[in-house]
Amino acid sequence: MLSANMVVLAYLVASVLIILALKGLSSPESSRQGNTFGMVGLLIAVIVTLQLNSVQNYAWIFAAIAVGGLIGGITARKVPMTHMPQTVAFMHSLVGLSAVLIAVSAFYNPVGYGIADANGSLHVASRIELFLGTFIGAITFTASLIAFGKLHGLLSGKPVTFAGQHLLNLVLGVLMIGAGVMFCMDATWAPFLIMLGIALVLGVTLIIPIGGADMPVIVSMLNSYSGWAAAGIGFTLGNNMLIVAGALVGSSGAILSYIMCKAMNRSLFHVLLGGFGGDAPAASAGGAQADRPVQSGAAEDAAFLLKNARSVVIVPGYGLAVARAQHALKEVVDILLSQGVEVKFAIHPVAGRMPGHMNVLLAEADVPYDIVYEMDEINPEFSDTDVVLVIGANDVTNPAAKTDPSSPIYGMPILEVSKAAHVLVVKRSLSVGYAGLDNDLFYMDKTMMIFDDAKKACEALIQALD
Amino acid sequence: MYESIDCNKTIQVAQNVVHTAQNADPFVMSFSVFVLAIFVGYHVVWNVTPALHTPLMSVTNAISSIVIVGAIIASGGLEMNLATVLGLIAVGLAAVNIFGGFMVTQRMLAMFKKRS
Repeated sequence: MLSANMVVLAYLVASVLIILALKGLSSPESSRQGNTFGMVGLLIAVIVTLQLNSVQNYAWIFAAIAVGGLIGGITARKVPMTHMPQTVAFMHSLVGLSAVLIAVSAFYNPVGYGIADANGSLHVASRIELFLGTFIGAITFTASLIAFGKLHGLLSGKPVTFAGQHLLNLVLGVLMIGAGVMFCMDATWAPFLIMLGIALVLGVTLIIPIGGADMPVIVSMLNSYSGWAAAGIGFTLGNNMLIVAGALVGSSGAILSYIMCKAMNRSLFHVLLGGFGGDAPAASAGGAQADRPVQSGAAEDAAFLLKNARSVVIVPGYGLAVARAQHALKEVVDILLSQGVEVKFAIHPVAGRMPGHMNVLLAEADVPYDIVYEMDEINPEFSDTDVVLVIGANDVTNPAAKTDPSSPIYGMPILEVSKAAHVLVVKRSLSVGYAGLDNDLFYMDKTMMIFDDAKKACEALIQALD
Repeated sequence: MYESIDCNKTIQVAQNVVHTAQNADPFVMSFSVFVLAIFVGYHVVWNVTPALHTPLMSVTNAISSIVIVGAIIASGGLEMNLATVLGLIAVGLAAVNIFGGFMVTQRMLAMFKKRS
Protein backbone atom coordinates (compact mmCIF):
# COMPACT_ATOMS: atom_id res chain seq x y z
CA MET A 1 0.00 0.00 0.00
CA LEU A 2 2.79 2.43 0.86
CA SER A 3 4.84 3.55 -2.13
CA ALA A 4 8.29 2.04 -2.56
CA ASN A 5 9.88 5.33 -1.48
CA MET A 6 7.72 5.52 1.63
CA VAL A 7 8.74 1.98 2.58
CA VAL A 8 12.43 2.83 2.30
CA LEU A 9 11.93 6.03 4.31
CA ALA A 10 10.06 4.15 7.03
CA TYR A 11 12.92 1.65 7.21
CA LEU A 12 15.27 4.63 7.52
CA VAL A 13 13.28 5.92 10.53
CA ALA A 14 13.48 2.47 12.08
CA SER A 15 17.27 2.37 11.52
CA VAL A 16 17.70 5.75 13.24
CA LEU A 17 15.59 4.57 16.20
CA ILE A 18 17.79 1.47 16.52
CA ILE A 19 20.93 3.65 16.59
CA LEU A 20 19.30 5.78 19.32
CA ALA A 21 18.58 2.60 21.31
CA LEU A 22 22.31 1.86 21.44
CA LYS A 23 23.19 5.49 22.08
CA GLY A 24 20.89 5.50 25.12
CA LEU A 25 23.06 2.90 26.81
CA SER A 26 25.79 5.50 27.44
CA SER A 27 24.21 6.07 30.87
CA PRO A 28 21.64 4.25 33.00
CA GLU A 29 19.36 7.33 33.01
CA SER A 30 19.00 7.52 29.23
CA SER A 31 19.00 3.74 28.71
CA ARG A 32 15.34 3.09 29.43
CA GLN A 33 14.24 5.68 26.88
CA GLY A 34 16.73 4.16 24.43
CA ASN A 35 15.16 0.75 24.88
CA THR A 36 11.75 2.24 24.05
CA PHE A 37 13.22 3.76 20.87
CA GLY A 38 14.50 0.33 19.91
CA MET A 39 11.09 -1.27 20.43
CA VAL A 40 9.36 1.41 18.33
CA GLY A 41 12.00 0.94 15.61
CA LEU A 42 11.37 -2.80 15.40
CA LEU A 43 7.60 -2.23 15.48
CA ILE A 44 7.78 0.18 12.54
CA ALA A 45 9.93 -2.27 10.59
CA VAL A 46 7.47 -5.13 11.18
CA ILE A 47 4.37 -3.07 10.33
CA VAL A 48 5.91 -1.70 7.13
CA THR A 49 6.88 -5.22 6.06
CA LEU A 50 3.43 -6.62 6.84
CA GLN A 51 1.73 -4.11 4.53
CA LEU A 52 3.87 -5.08 1.51
CA ASN A 53 1.75 -6.37 -1.37
CA SER A 54 3.57 -9.71 -1.46
CA VAL A 55 2.67 -10.38 2.18
CA GLN A 56 -0.80 -11.93 2.37
CA ASN A 57 -0.46 -14.83 4.75
CA TYR A 58 -1.60 -12.80 7.79
CA ALA A 59 -3.28 -15.48 9.91
CA TRP A 60 -0.22 -17.71 10.00
CA ILE A 61 2.24 -14.84 10.42
CA PHE A 62 0.31 -13.39 13.37
CA ALA A 63 0.05 -16.86 14.90
CA ALA A 64 3.83 -17.32 14.61
CA ILE A 65 4.48 -13.88 16.15
CA ALA A 66 2.01 -14.59 18.97
CA VAL A 67 3.53 -17.97 19.86
CA GLY A 68 7.12 -16.67 19.65
CA GLY A 69 6.26 -13.48 21.50
CA LEU A 70 4.58 -15.40 24.31
CA ILE A 71 7.55 -17.72 24.77
CA GLY A 72 9.98 -14.80 24.66
CA GLY A 73 7.91 -12.68 27.03
CA ILE A 74 7.52 -15.43 29.63
CA THR A 75 11.23 -16.26 29.46
CA ALA A 76 12.15 -12.59 29.87
CA ARG A 77 10.02 -12.29 33.01
CA LYS A 78 11.04 -15.57 34.61
CA VAL A 79 14.75 -15.93 33.90
CA PRO A 80 16.96 -15.31 36.98
CA MET A 81 19.65 -12.67 36.50
CA THR A 82 22.33 -15.24 37.34
CA HIS A 83 21.24 -17.07 34.15
CA MET A 84 21.67 -14.11 31.79
CA PRO A 85 24.84 -15.42 30.06
CA GLN A 86 23.21 -18.67 28.91
CA THR A 87 19.96 -16.86 28.04
CA VAL A 88 21.83 -14.47 25.77
CA ALA A 89 23.78 -17.36 24.23
CA PHE A 90 20.53 -19.20 23.53
CA MET A 91 19.01 -16.15 21.89
CA HIS A 92 22.05 -15.82 19.62
CA SER A 93 21.39 -19.35 18.45
CA LEU A 94 17.82 -18.39 17.52
CA VAL A 95 19.06 -15.50 15.37
CA GLY A 96 21.48 -17.87 13.65
CA LEU A 97 18.79 -20.48 13.02
CA SER A 98 16.29 -17.98 11.64
CA ALA A 99 18.96 -16.58 9.31
CA VAL A 100 19.58 -20.11 8.01
CA LEU A 101 15.85 -20.79 7.54
CA ILE A 102 15.35 -17.53 5.65
CA ALA A 103 18.33 -18.30 3.42
CA VAL A 104 16.99 -21.80 2.60
CA SER A 105 13.58 -20.31 1.94
CA ALA A 106 15.06 -17.66 -0.36
CA PHE A 107 17.00 -20.28 -2.28
CA TYR A 108 13.86 -22.43 -2.63
CA ASN A 109 11.76 -19.55 -3.90
CA PRO A 110 14.03 -16.77 -5.24
CA VAL A 111 11.16 -15.25 -7.26
CA GLY A 112 9.35 -14.41 -4.02
CA TYR A 113 12.24 -12.17 -2.98
CA GLY A 114 12.73 -10.60 -6.39
CA ILE A 115 16.30 -11.92 -6.53
CA ALA A 116 15.85 -14.29 -9.46
CA ASP A 117 17.18 -13.74 -12.97
CA ALA A 118 15.15 -14.25 -16.13
CA ASN A 119 15.32 -18.07 -15.83
CA GLY A 120 13.99 -18.04 -12.28
CA SER A 121 17.33 -19.02 -10.76
CA LEU A 122 19.51 -16.87 -8.52
CA HIS A 123 21.74 -13.98 -9.62
CA VAL A 124 25.42 -14.67 -9.02
CA ALA A 125 25.67 -11.75 -6.56
CA SER A 126 22.69 -13.14 -4.64
CA ARG A 127 24.32 -16.57 -4.52
CA ILE A 128 27.44 -15.12 -2.88
CA GLU A 129 25.32 -13.17 -0.38
CA LEU A 130 23.22 -16.24 0.35
CA PHE A 131 26.36 -18.32 0.88
CA LEU A 132 27.79 -15.81 3.37
CA GLY A 133 24.50 -15.36 5.24
CA THR A 134 23.89 -19.12 5.46
CA PHE A 135 27.27 -20.20 6.77
CA ILE A 136 27.58 -17.37 9.29
CA GLY A 137 24.06 -18.10 10.49
CA ALA A 138 24.73 -21.84 10.74
CA ILE A 139 27.98 -21.40 12.70
CA THR A 140 26.23 -18.89 15.00
CA PHE A 141 23.43 -21.40 15.59
CA THR A 142 25.42 -24.46 16.67
CA ALA A 143 28.26 -22.52 18.34
CA SER A 144 25.72 -20.63 20.47
CA LEU A 145 23.99 -23.87 21.43
CA ILE A 146 27.33 -25.29 22.66
CA ALA A 147 28.07 -22.04 24.52
CA PHE A 148 24.60 -22.26 26.07
CA GLY A 149 25.25 -25.87 27.13
CA LYS A 150 28.57 -24.94 28.73
CA LEU A 151 27.16 -21.90 30.53
CA HIS A 152 24.07 -23.74 31.74
CA GLY A 153 26.10 -26.67 33.03
CA LEU A 154 24.59 -29.17 30.56
CA LEU A 155 28.07 -29.62 29.10
CA SER A 156 31.34 -29.52 31.00
CA GLY A 157 32.91 -26.06 31.09
CA LYS A 158 36.31 -27.67 30.62
CA PRO A 159 37.94 -27.27 27.22
CA VAL A 160 37.63 -30.35 24.98
CA THR A 161 40.89 -30.81 23.12
CA PHE A 162 42.26 -33.62 20.98
CA ALA A 163 45.15 -34.16 18.62
CA GLY A 164 44.67 -32.70 15.16
CA GLN A 165 41.82 -30.49 16.32
CA HIS A 166 42.99 -27.34 14.56
CA LEU A 167 43.82 -29.31 11.42
CA LEU A 168 40.29 -30.77 11.45
CA ASN A 169 38.79 -27.28 11.73
CA LEU A 170 41.02 -26.07 8.92
CA VAL A 171 39.98 -28.96 6.65
CA LEU A 172 36.30 -28.42 7.47
CA GLY A 173 36.67 -24.71 6.77
CA VAL A 174 38.31 -25.32 3.40
CA LEU A 175 35.66 -27.91 2.42
CA MET A 176 32.89 -25.53 3.43
CA ILE A 177 34.31 -22.69 1.35
CA GLY A 178 34.84 -25.10 -1.55
CA ALA A 179 31.21 -26.22 -1.45
CA GLY A 180 30.20 -22.57 -1.16
CA VAL A 181 32.17 -21.64 -4.27
CA MET A 182 30.56 -24.53 -6.15
CA PHE A 183 27.16 -23.29 -5.05
CA CYS A 184 27.99 -19.79 -6.29
CA MET A 185 28.86 -21.26 -9.70
CA ASP A 186 25.96 -23.64 -10.34
CA ALA A 187 23.28 -22.71 -7.73
CA THR A 188 22.18 -26.28 -7.06
CA TRP A 189 21.02 -27.88 -3.81
CA ALA A 190 23.82 -30.43 -3.31
CA PRO A 191 26.71 -28.00 -2.69
CA PHE A 192 24.36 -25.71 -0.74
CA LEU A 193 23.36 -28.47 1.69
CA ILE A 194 26.94 -29.74 2.02
CA MET A 195 28.09 -26.21 2.80
CA LEU A 196 25.27 -25.82 5.34
CA GLY A 197 26.01 -29.17 6.99
CA ILE A 198 29.74 -28.47 7.34
CA ALA A 199 29.02 -25.02 8.76
CA LEU A 200 26.76 -26.58 11.42
CA VAL A 201 29.53 -29.03 12.39
CA LEU A 202 32.14 -26.28 12.35
CA GLY A 203 30.10 -24.30 14.88
CA VAL A 204 30.49 -27.20 17.31
CA THR A 205 34.14 -28.01 16.68
CA LEU A 206 35.20 -24.36 16.94
CA ILE A 207 33.67 -23.85 20.40
CA ILE A 208 34.36 -27.11 22.27
CA PRO A 209 38.07 -26.33 22.96
CA ILE A 210 37.18 -23.06 24.69
CA GLY A 211 36.91 -23.13 28.50
CA GLY A 212 34.24 -21.69 30.79
CA ALA A 213 35.94 -18.47 31.88
CA ASP A 214 36.75 -17.54 28.29
CA MET A 215 33.00 -17.44 27.70
CA PRO A 216 32.75 -13.63 28.02
CA VAL A 217 34.80 -13.41 24.81
CA ILE A 218 32.83 -16.17 23.08
CA VAL A 219 29.42 -14.79 24.00
CA SER A 220 30.52 -11.37 22.71
CA MET A 221 31.88 -12.90 19.54
CA LEU A 222 28.68 -14.83 18.86
CA ASN A 223 26.79 -11.60 19.48
CA SER A 224 28.91 -10.13 16.71
CA TYR A 225 28.28 -13.14 14.41
CA SER A 226 24.51 -12.88 14.88
CA GLY A 227 24.77 -9.30 13.64
CA TRP A 228 26.83 -10.25 10.59
CA ALA A 229 24.31 -13.02 9.83
CA ALA A 230 21.49 -10.45 9.90
CA ALA A 231 23.50 -8.14 7.63
CA GLY A 232 24.10 -11.08 5.26
CA ILE A 233 20.34 -11.63 4.99
CA GLY A 234 20.01 -7.87 4.41
CA PHE A 235 22.39 -8.10 1.44
CA THR A 236 20.43 -11.03 0.04
CA LEU A 237 17.16 -9.13 0.26
CA GLY A 238 18.72 -5.80 -0.74
CA ASN A 239 17.25 -4.33 2.44
CA ASN A 240 19.33 -1.49 3.91
CA MET A 241 17.65 -1.58 7.30
CA LEU A 242 18.74 -5.18 7.87
CA ILE A 243 22.22 -4.22 6.76
CA VAL A 244 22.34 -1.24 9.15
CA ALA A 245 20.95 -3.19 12.11
CA GLY A 246 23.24 -6.15 11.39
CA ALA A 247 26.32 -3.94 11.05
CA LEU A 248 25.51 -2.17 14.35
CA VAL A 249 25.15 -5.47 16.20
CA GLY A 250 28.20 -6.90 14.46
CA SER A 251 30.45 -4.02 15.45
CA SER A 252 29.00 -3.96 18.97
CA GLY A 253 29.87 -7.61 19.54
CA ALA A 254 33.32 -7.12 18.01
CA ILE A 255 34.08 -4.22 20.35
CA LEU A 256 32.94 -6.23 23.38
CA SER A 257 35.17 -9.15 22.32
CA TYR A 258 38.09 -6.74 22.02
CA ILE A 259 37.43 -5.25 25.49
CA MET A 260 37.20 -8.73 27.03
CA CYS A 261 40.42 -9.94 25.36
CA LYS A 262 42.25 -6.82 26.49
CA ALA A 263 41.04 -7.34 30.06
CA MET A 264 42.57 -10.83 29.97
CA ASN A 265 45.72 -9.71 28.14
CA ARG A 266 45.15 -12.37 25.51
CA SER A 267 44.63 -12.13 21.78
CA LEU A 268 41.34 -13.15 20.20
CA PHE A 269 43.30 -15.69 18.16
CA HIS A 270 44.71 -17.24 21.35
CA VAL A 271 41.22 -17.46 22.90
CA LEU A 272 39.80 -19.05 19.73
CA LEU A 273 42.54 -21.67 19.63
CA GLY A 274 41.23 -22.69 23.03
CA GLY A 275 42.66 -25.17 25.51
CA PHE A 276 43.30 -22.47 28.13
CA GLY A 277 42.26 -23.30 31.69
CA GLY A 278 42.61 -27.07 31.46
CA ASP A 279 44.09 -28.94 34.40
CA ALA A 280 47.67 -29.13 33.09
CA PRO A 281 49.44 -26.13 34.64
CA ALA A 282 48.04 -26.60 38.15
CA ALA A 283 50.77 -28.99 39.24
CA SER A 284 53.74 -26.79 38.37
CA ALA A 285 52.40 -23.59 39.92
CA GLY A 286 50.67 -25.20 42.85
CA GLY A 287 53.58 -27.35 43.95
CA ALA A 288 54.44 -25.21 46.95
CA GLN A 289 50.82 -24.65 47.83
CA ALA A 290 50.54 -27.14 50.67
CA ASP A 291 53.64 -25.84 52.43
CA ARG A 292 52.72 -22.17 52.50
CA PRO A 293 51.09 -20.82 55.66
CA VAL A 294 47.63 -19.33 55.33
CA GLN A 295 45.70 -17.29 57.87
CA SER A 296 42.10 -18.27 58.03
CA GLY A 297 39.40 -16.78 60.21
CA ALA A 298 35.75 -16.98 61.11
CA ALA A 299 32.97 -14.59 60.17
CA GLU A 300 33.30 -12.89 63.58
CA ASP A 301 36.91 -11.93 62.87
CA ALA A 302 35.95 -10.58 59.46
CA ALA A 303 33.00 -8.67 60.92
CA PHE A 304 35.30 -7.06 63.49
CA LEU A 305 37.66 -5.83 60.75
CA LEU A 306 34.83 -4.57 58.56
CA LYS A 307 33.02 -2.77 61.38
CA ASN A 308 36.11 -0.88 62.44
CA ALA A 309 37.14 0.08 58.92
CA ARG A 310 36.74 3.58 57.55
CA SER A 311 36.56 2.42 53.94
CA VAL A 312 35.72 -0.98 52.45
CA VAL A 313 35.97 -2.10 48.81
CA ILE A 314 34.16 -5.27 47.77
CA VAL A 315 35.45 -7.30 44.79
CA PRO A 316 32.77 -9.70 43.51
CA GLY A 317 33.47 -12.53 41.06
CA TYR A 318 31.84 -15.50 39.41
CA GLY A 319 31.60 -17.31 42.79
CA LEU A 320 29.07 -14.69 43.87
CA ALA A 321 26.86 -15.56 40.89
CA VAL A 322 27.20 -19.31 41.40
CA ALA A 323 26.19 -19.04 45.07
CA ARG A 324 23.49 -16.43 44.27
CA ALA A 325 24.86 -14.43 47.17
CA GLN A 326 24.12 -10.94 45.79
CA HIS A 327 21.12 -10.29 48.07
CA ALA A 328 22.89 -11.46 51.22
CA LEU A 329 25.89 -9.33 50.24
CA LYS A 330 23.62 -6.31 49.86
CA GLU A 331 22.46 -6.81 53.47
CA VAL A 332 26.08 -6.82 54.63
CA VAL A 333 26.60 -3.57 52.72
CA ASP A 334 23.49 -2.00 54.26
CA ILE A 335 24.65 -2.80 57.78
CA LEU A 336 28.12 -1.37 57.09
CA LEU A 337 26.68 1.79 55.52
CA SER A 338 24.37 2.28 58.50
CA GLN A 339 27.44 2.10 60.76
CA GLY A 340 29.12 4.87 58.82
CA VAL A 341 31.56 2.73 56.81
CA GLU A 342 32.25 3.91 53.27
CA VAL A 343 31.55 0.96 50.92
CA LYS A 344 32.44 0.70 47.24
CA PHE A 345 32.36 -2.13 44.71
CA ALA A 346 35.19 -2.86 42.26
CA ILE A 347 34.36 -4.71 39.04
CA HIS A 348 36.94 -6.33 36.80
CA PRO A 349 35.83 -6.33 33.13
CA VAL A 350 35.91 -10.14 32.89
CA ALA A 351 34.31 -10.85 36.28
CA GLY A 352 31.51 -13.36 35.71
CA ARG A 353 30.60 -15.12 32.49
CA MET A 354 29.62 -12.20 30.26
CA PRO A 355 30.46 -8.50 29.96
CA GLY A 356 28.70 -6.51 32.70
CA HIS A 357 27.44 -9.66 34.47
CA MET A 358 28.40 -8.43 37.98
CA ASN A 359 26.84 -5.01 37.45
CA VAL A 360 23.49 -6.59 36.65
CA LEU A 361 23.61 -8.91 39.66
CA LEU A 362 24.41 -6.01 41.98
CA ALA A 363 21.68 -3.89 40.41
CA GLU A 364 19.25 -6.75 40.95
CA ALA A 365 20.16 -6.74 44.65
CA ASP A 366 19.40 -2.98 44.75
CA VAL A 367 23.01 -1.89 45.04
CA PRO A 368 23.01 1.70 43.72
CA TYR A 369 25.12 1.89 40.54
CA ASP A 370 27.02 4.97 41.70
CA ILE A 371 28.93 2.99 44.35
CA VAL A 372 29.98 0.41 41.72
CA TYR A 373 33.32 1.28 40.08
CA GLU A 374 35.21 0.02 37.05
CA MET A 375 38.77 -1.26 37.38
CA ASP A 376 40.52 1.89 36.15
CA GLU A 377 38.48 4.13 38.44
CA ILE A 378 39.05 2.11 41.60
CA ASN A 379 42.67 0.92 41.26
CA PRO A 380 44.23 4.21 42.49
CA GLU A 381 42.03 4.02 45.61
CA PHE A 382 43.17 0.65 47.00
CA SER A 383 46.24 2.10 48.74
CA ASP A 384 43.86 4.30 50.71
CA THR A 385 41.43 1.49 51.59
CA ASP A 386 41.26 -0.18 55.01
CA VAL A 387 39.64 -3.49 54.09
CA VAL A 388 39.07 -5.23 50.76
CA LEU A 389 36.51 -8.04 50.71
CA VAL A 390 37.15 -10.41 47.79
CA ILE A 391 34.15 -12.63 47.28
CA GLY A 392 34.18 -15.37 44.66
CA ALA A 393 36.97 -13.80 42.58
CA ASN A 394 40.48 -15.18 42.11
CA ASP A 395 42.67 -14.63 39.04
CA VAL A 396 41.63 -10.97 38.64
CA THR A 397 43.25 -10.19 42.02
CA ASN A 398 46.46 -12.22 41.55
CA PRO A 399 49.47 -9.92 42.14
CA ALA A 400 51.59 -12.27 40.02
CA ALA A 401 50.06 -10.58 36.96
CA LYS A 402 52.07 -7.48 37.95
CA THR A 403 55.14 -8.95 39.64
CA ASP A 404 56.00 -12.32 38.11
CA PRO A 405 57.06 -12.24 34.45
CA SER A 406 57.05 -16.05 34.34
CA SER A 407 53.34 -16.24 35.23
CA PRO A 408 50.96 -17.16 32.38
CA ILE A 409 48.76 -14.21 33.35
CA TYR A 410 51.67 -11.72 33.55
CA GLY A 411 50.55 -8.42 32.02
CA MET A 412 46.85 -8.99 32.61
CA PRO A 413 45.31 -5.90 34.20
CA ILE A 414 44.19 -6.75 37.74
CA LEU A 415 42.39 -5.15 40.66
CA GLU A 416 45.31 -4.12 42.87
CA VAL A 417 43.71 -5.28 46.11
CA SER A 418 47.05 -6.17 47.76
CA LYS A 419 47.70 -2.43 48.20
CA ALA A 420 44.95 -2.20 50.82
CA ALA A 421 45.69 -2.44 54.56
CA HIS A 422 43.70 -5.67 55.04
CA VAL A 423 42.32 -8.22 52.61
CA LEU A 424 39.50 -10.65 53.35
CA VAL A 425 38.99 -13.45 50.83
CA VAL A 426 35.81 -15.53 50.83
CA LYS A 427 36.49 -18.77 48.98
CA ARG A 428 35.40 -22.36 49.39
CA SER A 429 38.93 -23.77 49.35
CA LEU A 430 42.46 -22.93 48.29
CA SER A 431 41.79 -24.48 44.87
CA VAL A 432 43.25 -22.76 41.85
CA GLY A 433 41.24 -20.41 39.64
CA TYR A 434 40.51 -20.67 35.95
CA ALA A 435 44.08 -19.95 34.90
CA GLY A 436 45.17 -22.96 36.98
CA LEU A 437 47.39 -20.72 39.10
CA ASP A 438 47.96 -20.37 42.79
CA ASN A 439 47.19 -16.85 44.02
CA ASP A 440 49.96 -15.16 46.06
CA LEU A 441 47.37 -12.87 47.55
CA PHE A 442 46.08 -15.72 49.74
CA TYR A 443 49.45 -16.11 51.50
CA MET A 444 50.13 -12.48 52.36
CA ASP A 445 50.39 -11.39 56.00
CA LYS A 446 47.59 -8.89 55.54
CA THR A 447 45.21 -11.49 54.07
CA MET A 448 42.64 -13.49 56.01
CA MET A 449 40.84 -16.36 54.26
CA ILE A 450 37.24 -17.24 55.09
CA PHE A 451 36.69 -20.75 53.78
CA ASP A 452 33.01 -20.86 52.93
CA ASP A 453 30.47 -20.62 50.15
CA ALA A 454 29.84 -16.96 49.23
CA LYS A 455 26.22 -16.98 50.38
CA LYS A 456 26.84 -18.76 53.68
CA ALA A 457 29.74 -16.42 54.39
CA CYS A 458 27.56 -13.36 53.79
CA GLU A 459 24.82 -14.74 56.04
CA ALA A 460 27.36 -15.44 58.78
CA LEU A 461 28.69 -11.89 58.36
CA ILE A 462 25.17 -10.48 58.77
CA GLN A 463 24.80 -12.44 62.02
CA ALA A 464 28.20 -11.34 63.29
CA LEU A 465 27.70 -7.68 62.39
CA ASP A 466 24.36 -7.33 64.15
CA MET B 1 32.26 32.66 -23.71
CA TYR B 2 35.00 30.75 -21.94
CA GLU B 3 32.79 30.77 -18.89
CA SER B 4 29.90 29.17 -20.70
CA ILE B 5 32.15 26.41 -22.05
CA ASP B 6 33.43 25.77 -18.54
CA CYS B 7 29.88 25.66 -17.31
CA ASN B 8 28.90 23.13 -19.92
CA LYS B 9 31.92 21.05 -19.08
CA THR B 10 31.07 21.12 -15.40
CA ILE B 11 27.48 20.12 -16.07
CA GLN B 12 28.65 17.32 -18.29
CA VAL B 13 31.05 16.04 -15.64
CA ALA B 14 28.30 16.26 -13.01
CA GLN B 15 25.92 14.37 -15.28
CA ASN B 16 28.54 11.69 -15.79
CA VAL B 17 28.99 11.35 -12.04
CA VAL B 18 25.23 11.04 -11.46
CA HIS B 19 25.01 8.59 -14.32
CA THR B 20 27.80 6.47 -12.86
CA ALA B 21 26.18 6.49 -9.41
CA GLN B 22 22.84 5.40 -10.86
CA ASN B 23 24.47 2.59 -12.75
CA ALA B 24 26.35 1.33 -9.71
CA ASP B 25 25.58 -2.23 -8.78
CA PRO B 26 22.96 -2.43 -6.00
CA PHE B 27 25.46 -4.49 -4.06
CA VAL B 28 27.90 -1.58 -4.05
CA MET B 29 25.20 0.76 -2.75
CA SER B 30 24.33 -1.72 0.00
CA PHE B 31 28.00 -2.15 0.76
CA SER B 32 28.40 1.62 1.24
CA VAL B 33 25.53 1.61 3.72
CA PHE B 34 27.09 -1.40 5.47
CA VAL B 35 30.49 0.25 5.92
CA LEU B 36 28.97 3.52 7.14
CA ALA B 37 26.78 1.63 9.62
CA ILE B 38 29.85 -0.14 11.01
CA PHE B 39 31.43 3.27 11.64
CA VAL B 40 28.28 4.50 13.39
CA GLY B 41 28.19 1.31 15.47
CA TYR B 42 31.85 1.65 16.37
CA HIS B 43 31.41 5.17 17.72
CA VAL B 44 28.11 4.58 19.46
CA VAL B 45 29.19 1.36 21.18
CA TRP B 46 32.48 2.75 22.55
CA ASN B 47 30.31 5.26 24.41
CA VAL B 48 28.28 2.57 26.14
CA THR B 49 29.15 2.49 29.84
CA PRO B 50 30.75 -0.86 30.87
CA ALA B 51 28.14 -1.24 33.63
CA LEU B 52 25.52 -1.71 30.89
CA HIS B 53 27.38 -4.25 28.77
CA THR B 54 24.94 -7.05 29.63
CA PRO B 55 21.87 -5.00 28.63
CA LEU B 56 23.82 -4.00 25.50
CA MET B 57 24.11 -7.68 24.58
CA SER B 58 20.46 -8.44 25.21
CA VAL B 59 19.25 -5.41 23.28
CA THR B 60 21.54 -6.14 20.33
CA ASN B 61 20.06 -9.62 20.43
CA ALA B 62 16.61 -8.14 19.98
CA ILE B 63 17.93 -5.81 17.25
CA SER B 64 19.55 -8.59 15.23
CA SER B 65 16.13 -10.26 15.22
CA ILE B 66 15.32 -7.62 12.62
CA VAL B 67 15.74 -10.66 10.35
CA ILE B 68 12.02 -11.05 11.07
CA VAL B 69 11.58 -8.68 8.11
CA GLY B 70 13.13 -11.31 5.84
CA ALA B 71 11.14 -14.04 7.55
CA ILE B 72 7.83 -12.22 6.98
CA ILE B 73 8.65 -11.77 3.29
CA ALA B 74 9.57 -15.48 3.11
CA SER B 75 6.25 -16.53 4.63
CA GLY B 76 4.12 -13.90 2.87
CA GLY B 77 2.69 -16.08 0.08
CA LEU B 78 -0.72 -17.70 0.58
CA GLU B 79 0.45 -20.93 -1.00
CA MET B 80 1.94 -23.21 1.67
CA ASN B 81 5.22 -24.69 0.51
CA LEU B 82 8.69 -25.29 1.94
CA ALA B 83 9.59 -21.60 1.57
CA THR B 84 6.51 -20.39 3.46
CA VAL B 85 6.77 -22.95 6.26
CA LEU B 86 10.47 -22.24 6.88
CA GLY B 87 9.64 -18.54 6.80
CA LEU B 88 6.91 -18.99 9.43
CA ILE B 89 9.26 -20.90 11.73
CA ALA B 90 11.80 -18.09 11.31
CA VAL B 91 9.09 -15.52 12.15
CA GLY B 92 8.35 -17.40 15.38
CA LEU B 93 12.03 -17.72 16.36
CA ALA B 94 12.71 -14.05 15.65
CA ALA B 95 9.60 -13.08 17.63
CA VAL B 96 10.94 -15.01 20.66
CA ASN B 97 14.07 -12.87 20.48
CA ILE B 98 12.37 -9.55 19.86
CA PHE B 99 9.95 -9.88 22.77
CA GLY B 100 12.43 -11.72 24.99
CA GLY B 101 15.34 -9.41 24.18
CA PHE B 102 13.57 -6.11 24.68
CA MET B 103 11.65 -7.24 27.77
CA VAL B 104 14.64 -8.70 29.56
CA THR B 105 16.62 -5.54 28.72
CA GLN B 106 13.84 -3.42 30.15
CA ARG B 107 13.77 -5.58 33.28
CA MET B 108 17.52 -5.17 33.76
CA LEU B 109 17.58 -1.45 33.08
CA ALA B 110 14.79 -0.90 35.61
CA MET B 111 17.11 -2.34 38.28
CA PHE B 112 19.84 0.25 37.84
CA LYS B 113 19.13 2.88 40.50
CA LYS B 114 21.10 5.70 42.04
CA ARG B 115 21.71 6.11 45.78
CA SER B 116 18.49 7.31 47.34
